[in-house]
Amino acid sequence: MLTILFDGLAYGMLLFVLACGLSVTLGLMNFINLAHGAFAMAGGYCTVILVNRLGVPFALGLPIAFLVTAALGALFERTLYVHVYRRSHLDQVLFTIGLVFMSVAAVDYVMGSSQQFVLIPEALQGHFIVFGIGMSKYRLLIILICGLLTVALQLMIGKTRFGSRLRAAVDDQRVARGLGINVGAVFAITFAFGSGLAGLGGALGAEILGLDPTFPLKYLIYFLIVVTVGGTSSITGPFVASILLGIADVAGKYYAPKLGAFVIYTIMIVVLIWRPQGLFGRSAAR
Amino acid sequence: MSAMLPPTHGVAAFLARRARWSPLEIAFWVFAFATIWLFPGKHLILTETAILALFALSLDLILGYAGIISLGQAAFFGLAGYVSGLLAKYGIVNEPVIALLFSGLVAAALGFVTSFLVLRGSDLTRLMVTLGVALMLGELANRYSNITGGADGLQGITMAPIFGVFRFDMFGHTGYIYCLIVLFVCFLIARRIVYSPFGLSLRSLKGNPLRASAIGIPVNRRLVAIYTVSAGFAGVAGALLTQTTAFCSLDVFSLERSADLLLVLIIGGTGYLYGGLIGAVIYKFLQDWIASLTPQYWQFWIGLVLVAIVLVGRERVDGWITAVRAAIVRLGGRLVARPAALGS
Repeated sequence: MLTILFDGLAYGMLLFVLACGLSVTLGLMNFINLAHGAFAMAGGYCTVILVNRLGVPFALGLPIAFLVTAALGALFERTLYVHVYRRSHLDQVLFTIGLVFMSVAAVDYVMGSSQQFVLIPEALQGHFIVFGIGMSKYRLLIILICGLLTVALQLMIGKTRFGSRLRAAVDDQRVARGLGINVGAVFAITFAFGSGLAGLGGALGAEILGLDPTFPLKYLIYFLIVVTVGGTSSITGPFVASILLGIADVAGKYYAPKLGAFVIYTIMIVVLIWRPQGLFGRSAAR
Repeated sequence: MSAMLPPTHGVAAFLARRARWSPLEIAFWVFAFATIWLFPGKHLILTETAILALFALSLDLILGYAGIISLGQAAFFGLAGYVSGLLAKYGIVNEPVIALLFSGLVAAALGFVTSFLVLRGSDLTRLMVTLGVALMLGELANRYSNITGGADGLQGITMAPIFGVFRFDMFGHTGYIYCLIVLFVCFLIARRIVYSPFGLSLRSLKGNPLRASAIGIPVNRRLVAIYTVSAGFAGVAGALLTQTTAFCSLDVFSLERSADLLLVLIIGGTGYLYGGLIGAVIYKFLQDWIASLTPQYWQFWIGLVLVAIVLVGRERVDGWITAVRAAIVRLGGRLVARPAALGS
């Protein structure tokens, strides 16, 4: 029972790191980015190449994955995404789905369609036994890293100057612009940072979530659930939503393996009917 | 438009004028039916095209006319596909046409029930809910694999002859003619709906729901109605696929299917009935051509087409299509006008 909670927590934390970038970009620009998972996949494959093929230590591979994906995100944002912000939601959906298709086929072409594994250092394999609960060291590490990241994010958004600019831009873009905040720049940085986090999540999660070219499509729905259920006005909402989703998913797979994701989808639809703006959101989309 | 009409013309006359068949449309359908004899070797891919066209038509009804973005049209497609497959497999309803109608009705019923879910919320919420419904059905089909065959697909379907007379042959000749006739009938129904006052009210509420309700259009009831009809059409398309291939697998519910469908409609242009049909033809040609070049990676090029269409601007693509259409209509008009001029 507690093991399930623990695994669910690790899974949820991972989902949060993967999806929080998406929630901020959605809240800030009202932009539906279905290609977010592609950045996570990029991070995962980046780590696989670095650690497995080039022999870079795992601990160094993670930050590099973050940087590479962040750079990729910034590049795509400046060259492609920038043209689509003012378009209709339909255009955004088409555009980002197109990107997903391209990334899936491109990765398939370069890396092959088989599932990839990251070589984890031996120190991180195995279990701790605490009070009779088996805790995998790797999952503990995930919880630790993601927990620290969450706290750091919360502090950054809550305490720094950039954070207050970001919040102002999310709340009311026009007024923020009027006050001299460069919303475009804020958005570009946030987008890059969010993509980087997704890449880090993909790198960390390759072990748990599995990494193959269909990753962006497989987990797209999970990211979207986190964002729509959690709302986009703060990062607390998505955080709670991803923890709940993680625990529910792990527990669901354990207790009712055959029902699979059915429970999750049902809960999502019920929540969306009950509160279309998300559980914690004020306004998911203007 | 109506301002240009002389006052003696009433609203009814305006609607009738609008709904008149243009020579071009007649030519389109004559050509469509002529393909039965023109390309007898291509009937299998033409069958797929006809089914895709019907499926795209169903999406156009809600996206192009009512403005609902949906990523879950595959739910109805898949449900009806399985229903028709099961009906045939267990010999409950042997006659394909009746099974087709029944499957369409089942899909429409699901559409009616789920339509209340898409009335609320923003575009994103609608996207999620429609997608969620399709995924839920996919999970259910996977869960009850003793009925649906699970990941292996529904096998062992034998289709009875249509009306007990026309047998499905392995070259797909019967299947193609059957699909084409069903497509044509469904198109006629859709055409009737779109050119009716009901269709006009849909356009107005797509343009501005608030104003539409202010002039007395019951927005939610109209949306429920068109969503149900569209689900029924999607269901008929799904049932056709199962009936012509005698097979049904879990991927009928997949996100890719709904996403491809959006692409089909975008290529052809939304908001006019031929968009789905033309889009399906172009898409199938494109897919066939790219798949023959790079069998494994055609998805990449499809994605590239999507991205390019959006970056170039959908309005501009639509603009080209409108321009081409206008040119053809002018040409068609001249051809029709010439004999008349000769006669006078």
